[in-house]
Amino acid sequence: MTTTYLAQYLFAGLLPLALFGYLLGRRKIRTQQDPNARYKASENLFGWFAVSKMLMPAVLISVIGSILDLFDLVEVPWTMLAAAILILGAGGIWIALRAIRPSLRVRTALEKTITRILLVASLISILTTIGIVMSIVFEAVHFFRIVNFWDFLTGTTWNPDAATIDDAGNIQPLFGSVPLFAGTFMITAIAMCVAIPVGLMSAICMSEYASLAVRRVAKPALEVLAGIPTVVYGFFAAITVSPLIVNLADKVGISADYTNALSPGLVMGIMIIPLVSSLSDDVISSVPQSLREGSLALGAYPAETIKRVVLPAALPGIVSACLLAVSRAVGETMIVVMAAGLQPNLSWNPLVGMTTVNVRIVDALTGDQAFDSPETLSAFGLGLVLLVLTLCLNIVSLTVIRKFRQRYE
Amino acid sequence: MPIDPRSLRKRKNSESQFKALSYMAISVAGIFLVVFFADIIRQGYTAFMQTEIRANVTFSESILDDPRSALDKRLVPLVSRGVTRILPMQLRENPQLLGTTSEVWVLANAEVDQYIKNKPNRLKPKEIKLVDELVAEGSIKKVFNVGFFTNGDSKLAEMAGILSAAVGTIYLLGITFIFSFPAGVMAAIYLEEFAPDNRLMHIVEVNINNLAAIPSILFGLLGLAIFINFMGLPRSSALVGGLTLALMTLPVIIISTRAAIRAIPDSIREGALALGATHWQVVWDHILPLSLPGILTGTIIGLARAIGETAPLLIIGMVAYIQDMPRGLTSAATVLPAQIYVWSSESIRAFTERTSAGIIVLLVVLLSMNALAILLRNKYERKW
Repeated sequence: MTTTYLAQYLFAGLLPLALFGYLLGRRKIRTQQDPNARYKASENLFGWFAVSKMLMPAVLISVIGSILDLFDLVEVPWTMLAAAILILGAGGIWIALRAIRPSLRVRTALEKTITRILLVASLISILTTIGIVMSIVFEAVHFFRIVNFWDFLTGTTWNPDAATIDDAGNIQPLFGSVPLFAGTFMITAIAMCVAIPVGLMSAICMSEYASLAVRRVAKPALEVLAGIPTVVYGFFAAITVSPLIVNLADKVGISADYTNALSPGLVMGIMIIPLVSSLSDDVISSVPQSLREGSLALGAYPAETIKRVVLPAALPGIVSACLLAVSRAVGETMIVVMAAGLQPNLSWNPLVGMTTVNVRIVDALTGDQAFDSPETLSAFGLGLVLLVLTLCLNIVSLTVIRKFRQRYE
Repeated sequence: MPIDPRSLRKRKNSESQFKALSYMAISVAGIFLVVFFADIIRQGYTAFMQTEIRANVTFSESILDDPRSALDKRLVPLVSRGVTRILPMQLRENPQLLGTTSEVWVLANAEVDQYIKNKPNRLKPKEIKLVDELVAEGSIKKVFNVGFFTNGDSKLAEMAGILSAAVGTIYLLGITFIFSFPAGVMAAIYLEEFAPDNRLMHIVEVNINNLAAIPSILFGLLGLAIFINFMGLPRSSALVGGLTLALMTLPVIIISTRAAIRAIPDSIREGALALGATHWQVVWDHILPLSLPGILTGTIIGLARAIGETAPLLIIGMVAYIQDMPRGLTSAATVLPAQIYVWSSESIRAFTERTSAGIIVLLVVLLSMNALAILLRNKYERKW
C-alpha cells in the first residue's frame, strides 16, 4: 500500500512547489521588464514555463520510484524519495529561472511540453492493450504448465472439480475446452440468426425506404436497445424467455431445460441488432447514389436495385459488420452467465443446457478456490483463447470496413 | 421488346414483399422493446409498495433475551425478522422505553407481502386465515416502499434496498470519469491535431478501435491481474472497479472526441493560425470550446455504458454481499448492476420483484443519461 501513500505525499509536496515555481517565474520576467520592449507572451506563461521545467524531473523520479516499489526491487524509503523529488524539482525551477529572459520563446517551449503530455495520453491505450495481453498470457502460462495445451484444445470433458492427481502423479486431462467452445458457438449462431437478418433489413429499411418520420422514431428506439445493460437482458432471458420456451416446447411435446441455449441466444441476438443495423446503415449509405440512380434509370424496382446493386457493392462492409457482431456475441458474458447453464454439454440440441467459455471464466473466478489452483488459472487459459479469437475477428472486420470506406470516398 | 405483364406483376409483388419485410424487421425490434419494458415493469412495480402490519410493541426486560416477546404471539410469524432484531437495540439506546407499550406499524415479512400482492408465497393455510382476518380488521396496509431507497442490501427480501449500490455506483462513476475523461480528450486532441503521420500513430489508431471491441470480461481479467494481484489494491473496492471501467471507457471517449474535433471546419483553425496563434492556442481557445458539446455527448454515452457494465466487476469481486455504503475509495463497494445480479440469483421469490424494481431504477438512470446526451446533441449541433 506504500504506493498510495507515496502518491499522496507527492501530491502534497508537488503542489506548493509548483505554485512557488509559477510565482518565481512570473517575478523573474517582471523584474527583467523593459518598459519599452514588446513581449512575446504574457507573464503567466513564464510562470507555467517554470512549472513545466520543474514537473518533468519530479514526475520522472516519482514514477521510477513507484515502479521500483511495485516490483519490490528496491525498498526506497519515501522520505528519501520525497527529498529527491523536491531537490530535483527545485533544480528544475532554478534552470527555468536562468532561462527566463524577455527574448525567450516561451510559447514554443511550453507547446513542446504540452505535446509531449498529449503523446503520453494517447499511448495509454497501447499500454492498456499490452496490459491485457500480458496479464492474461502471464497467468495462462501458469495454467498450461499444469495442463497440456493440446489436451485443453481438443479434450471433450470439462470437469475441473474432478481434476485430481492420479497415482502416477499426472493430472487427469479434465480441462477439455471443446464443449465450452461448442456451447459458445451454438449460442453465437442462434444470436446471429436473429441479429443479422433483422439488423440488415432494418438498416435497408432506414436507409432506402423509410420516411424521415419513421427514421426519427426508429433510430432512437434502436439506440435504446443498444443502451440496455447486459445484466438486464440476462435477467429477461432467464426469468421470462426461458420459461416461455420450456412451455412452448412442452406444448409441442419436446422437453427443454430451463437453462437452454436458445433463450440466451435469442436475447443476445436482439441485443446485437442495433450494432448490425448501425454498421450496415453506415456501409449502405456510403454506397454512391449514382449506382442506385443508374439501376433505377434502367427500370429496376428499388428492391431489385438493393438486391442486385447496393448489397453486392456493400458486401465487404456488411460481412465485416457481421464479423464484429460475432465478436460481440462471443465476448458477451452476463446474458450467458444468467441464462445459460453451468454444465458443459456437447450437443446439437439448442434446448438442452449448455455452458460457454465466459460462464466458466466467471465461475472459476467467483468461486472460493485459491488463486493458484488449476481451476482459477483455467479462467486465464480460456481468456487467452477468447482474446485471440475476438482480436482476429476485430482486426479483420475493422480493416475491411476501413478499406471499403476508402473505396467509395 | 414487349413487356410480359405477368413478369411485371411478379416483379412488383416481390418489390412490395421486400419492402414489407424490411418494415417488419424494424417492427420486430420495436415490438421486443415494448414487450421487454412491459414485462420488467409488470414484474417490478409491486416492489415500490410494501406491506405493513399494525402491532402493539411492549418493551419489557424479556425482549433482551427474546425480542419476539415484544409482539403479540400470533403476529410473530408474519412480521419481518428485521423488526424484532432492532427492538433490543432500541431499548438499550433508550432505557426509558422500558415498560411502555406503543402501537406501531411494522414491516411484514416477504411471504405476507407477496400474499397481499397476490403473488406466489409460502404461507401456511393457518397464516393465510390470520392475514385475511387482519386485513378485514384494517391492521394491514400497503405503503410506499421508502426502505427500498434508503436501505442497503439485506438477506431479508422485505428489508433489502438499493442505497448502498446507488452510492457505490456514484463512487465508481466518479473514479471512471476522473481517470478516463482527461486522458481520453488529451489523446484525441493529440491524434487529431498534433500526431505525425507515422507508423506508431497508425498502430495507436488501430489499437484504439480494437480496444473498443475487446470483450468487457477481458478487462476484468486485466483488473484482477494488474490492480489486485500486482499492485495490491484491495479487492472489490470502488477504486479497482473505477480504474477498470476507466480503461474500458477510454476508447469510447477517444473515438467520439475525435469525431467531434474532426467536425470543426479547417477555416477556424486557419483563421486563428493566420492571426498568429500557436497550435496549442488554436486548440485551447477554439477547437475545444467548439467541440465541447460533442465531447460531452460522447462522454455521457460512454459513462452510461460503464454504469451498466457488470462482467468485469464480477471478475474483480464486486458481487460481495455489502450492506453499508462504501466509506472510501478502498472499502468494499457494490454497484447497481451487480446488486441486480446478486438479487436475481436469490432463491426467495420476493427477490424477483426487487430485481425488476432495481432494473427499473437502473433503466431510468441510463435512459435519462442517454436522453441528456441526445438533448445536448440536438441543442448544440451545428452545421458548418
